[in-house]
Amino acid sequence: MTMPTPWVELRRFTSARVALGRAGHGLPTAAHLDFQEAHARARDAVHSALDLDALEAALGRPSIRVASQAADRRAYLLRPDLGRRLREADRASLPPAPGAFLFVVADGLCAIGVQHQAPALIAAARPLLEAAGLALAPIVLASQARVALGDEIGEAMAAAMVAVLIGERPGLSATDSLGLYLTLGPSRGRTDAERNCISNIRPGGLAPEAAAEKLLWLAGAARRLGATGVALKDEQPNAPRLAP
Amino acid sequence: MGFAHAVGGTRYLFPDLRTLLARATPLRSGDVLAGVAAATAQERVAAQRALADLPLRHFLDEAVIPYETDEVTRLILDRHEPAAFAPVAHLTVGGFRDWLLAAEPAALAALRPGLTPEMAAGVSKIMRLQDLVAVAARCRVTSRFRNTLGLPGRLSLRLQPNDPVDDPRGVAAAILDGLLLGAGDAVIGVNPATDNLETTIRLLDLLDAVRERYAIPTQSCVLAHVTTSLLAMERGAPVDLVFQSIGGTEGVNRSFGVSLALLREAQDAALALKRGTVGTDCMYFETGQGSALSAEAHHGCDQQTIEARAYAVAREFSPLLVNTVVGFIGPEYLFDGKQITRAGLEDHFCGKLLGLPMGVDVCYTNHAEADQDDMDALLTLLGVAGVTYVMGVPGADDVMLAYQSTSFHDGLYLRAALSRKPAPEFEDWMERMGIEAASGAGQLPLAPALIGLT
Repeated sequence: MTMPTPWVELRRFTSARVALGRAGHGLPTAAHLDFQEAHARARDAVHSALDLDALEAALGRPSIRVASQAADRRAYLLRPDLGRRLREADRASLPPAPGAFLFVVADGLCAIGVQHQAPALIAAARPLLEAAGLALAPIVLASQARVALGDEIGEAMAAAMVAVLIGERPGLSATDSLGLYLTLGPSRGRTDAERNCISNIRPGGLAPEAAAEKLLWLAGAARRLGATGVALKDEQPNAPRLAP
Repeated sequence: MGFAHAVGGTRYLFPDLRTLLARATPLRSGDVLAGVAAATAQERVAAQRALADLPLRHFLDEAVIPYETDEVTRLILDRHEPAAFAPVAHLTVGGFRDWLLAAEPAALAALRPGLTPEMAAGVSKIMRLQDLVAVAARCRVTSRFRNTLGLPGRLSLRLQPNDPVDDPRGVAAAILDGLLLGAGDAVIGVNPATDNLETTIRLLDLLDAVRERYAIPTQSCVLAHVTTSLLAMERGAPVDLVFQSIGGTEGVNRSFGVSLALLREAQDAALALKRGTVGTDCMYFETGQGSALSAEAHHGCDQQTIEARAYAVAREFSPLLVNTVVGFIGPEYLFDGKQITRAGLEDHFCGKLLGLPMGVDVCYTNHAEADQDDMDALLTLLGVAGVTYVMGVPGADDVMLAYQSTSFHDGLYLRAALSRKPAPEFEDWMERMGIEAASGAGQLPLAPALIGLT
C-alpha cells in the first residue's frame, strides 16, 4: 500500500511509530524488521557488562571493585533483593571514608550508558564538589548492582553521602541512559523515598556537565536540609531542561 | 485448620487457605520472590489436589486476609449473595471446575454475585490454558458509556497515544494514526508523563476536542491519579472516565493513594457530569499481578489471588473498562513469555467470571524473557477467549512508558483472524467516514488540520 503524504507527515509531530503502512492487516517487512532490530539492541543491552578495566582507565584513578550477592544476570533479574546486598567477601575491601562524598558506579539494568556517561559525569562533578568543600571517597565500581547497594557500601565506608550512577532499563529508542541517585547518610534500610534522582543522562538527553551542576545543587541543598528524598524538592534555578 | 495431601510417598501440609492457594499456583517468579511458592513440582500438585477436594463453601469461612483489618475483605464478604451461590454451594473446587466447563452463559452470569475472587482464583489454579479460554469465552459482559462494549462478535481497542513530554501535537498525531487503523472504540486514553493538574486538564481538553471534531462515538480518559481527576472535574474539565490503578488489599490501595471511599467519591463526581449517552459506566481501572508484593502489602498471599481480589474492588464501581497490565511489572514477578501468557489468561478468566468488562494489556519490558512472538500467542489466545479489548499503541512501542504493548495493526490482525468487529456505534462511524475503505487504499479520510496537525 502507498502511504499518502498527509499520513506520512504525521511523523513530523511524534517520535512514536506512526504511519508504518500496511501489508494486509500486518506490518510491512521494513517496519517489522526495524522493530526487531530495536528490540535486539535493547535485549543485548540488558546483558551488557561493565568493562571494569576500561572504566577505571577512563576515570583516571584507582577504584575499588565489589559485587552484589546476585551471582549472575539471571539471579540479578529474578532476585532484586540480592542485587541490593553486598557480597560478604567484598566488605573488607572497602576503606573507611568518614564524612566523605562517595561515588558508586553500578551496572544496573544496562551497562552501556554507565561505561560512556559515568566517567564524564564524575570528571565534571569532582572539581565542583571539591570546590564546595566536600572530601571525595575512593570510587567504588559495583557489578550486578541495584540502587540500594549504595546504602550498604556507604554505610561500610561511613560516607556522608552517596551518589549511585547506574544504568537505566533500556528502551527501544535508548540503550545508553544513565541515572543518578543521591542519598544522604547512606545505611541499610533506606527507602527510595529518601533519594533524589537525576535521570536520562545521555547524548540527546541530559548532558553529563548539566547533570554535574544539578548534583552539586542537590548535594548542597541536602547538606543544608539534612535530608534527601521527598523532603528535598529540586528547585535549582534555571535547571537545564530535559531533552525530549 | 490445615490441609494435607500425599504425593509420591510424601505428605504435604498446608497450614491455612492462603498457603494452600499459594502452593497450588503454577510457577511464577513473583511468588518465589515472596517466598510463598511451592518448593517442588510435587508439592505444587499436592496442593492442587488438596485444593480440588476443598468445599467451595470453605472460602466463606476462612478469609485469606483478616476481615477486621482489610476493607477489601470486608467488601468481598459483605457483598456475597448466598442465593446466587446456591447452584454451586455443594461443590468442591474440583467439582466447580467441572461445572464451569459445562456451564452455559446464562448460568455463568447468574453466578457472579455468589462468587468471591478467592473462589475464582482457586479454581483457575487447577485449570489449563484451554479451560481458562473456554470458560471465559462463555462469560458475556457488556458495558456502556458512549458506545456498547463486550457484545458477542466484537473486539475493541484502547487507543493509547502517549507522548514523552505530553506534547499535544504528538498525542494528536498518534490518535489520528490509530483512528485510521480502526482503534479507539474502547477509549482514547492517554497516560500523562507528569501527573499534574494543568497537564491533565490540557490533555482532557485536547481529547475532547478531537472526539468532537471527528464526531467519534467513543469516550476519552487521561490516566491521572483519581485525586487529580477530581480536581480537574471541579475545574469543569471534560472528564468522561475516571481512571485509577487498584489492587487487592487495603494496603496496596493505600500505596496507590486510594481507598474505597475515595473511589466512590470520584464515581459520584463523574456520574454527576452525565456525559455518557448510551450508559453510565464511567470508571476505568488497571490492575496487575505483583503490585501487592511491590508495595509490601501481600500478607503472605500469592500474587494471582491478590490480583483477583482487585476485581472485587473494580466490580463495586460498575466500570466501563478494566485491564490487567500483565507484563509491565518485570521479570521478578513474571519472568518470561510462558509466565506472562498464563497470568494474562488467568486474569482475564477471573475478571470475566466475576462480571467485569475485562481487557488485557498484552505487554512486556526489555528485561523480561519475552518477545513479539509471545505477544502474538497471548493476543490470539485472548481473542479466542473473547477479551473485551486490548491496547493499541503505534507500532507496539510506547515511547513514554518505554515498554512494548499491542499495536493498531495487532488489532486489525485479531479482528480479521477471528471475524470480530469494533463496537457497533464505532463500526457505523468508521463506515460513515469511509475509514477502512480509504485507509486500506492509502487515503486519509480524517483531515489532520481539524485537530491542529498542520
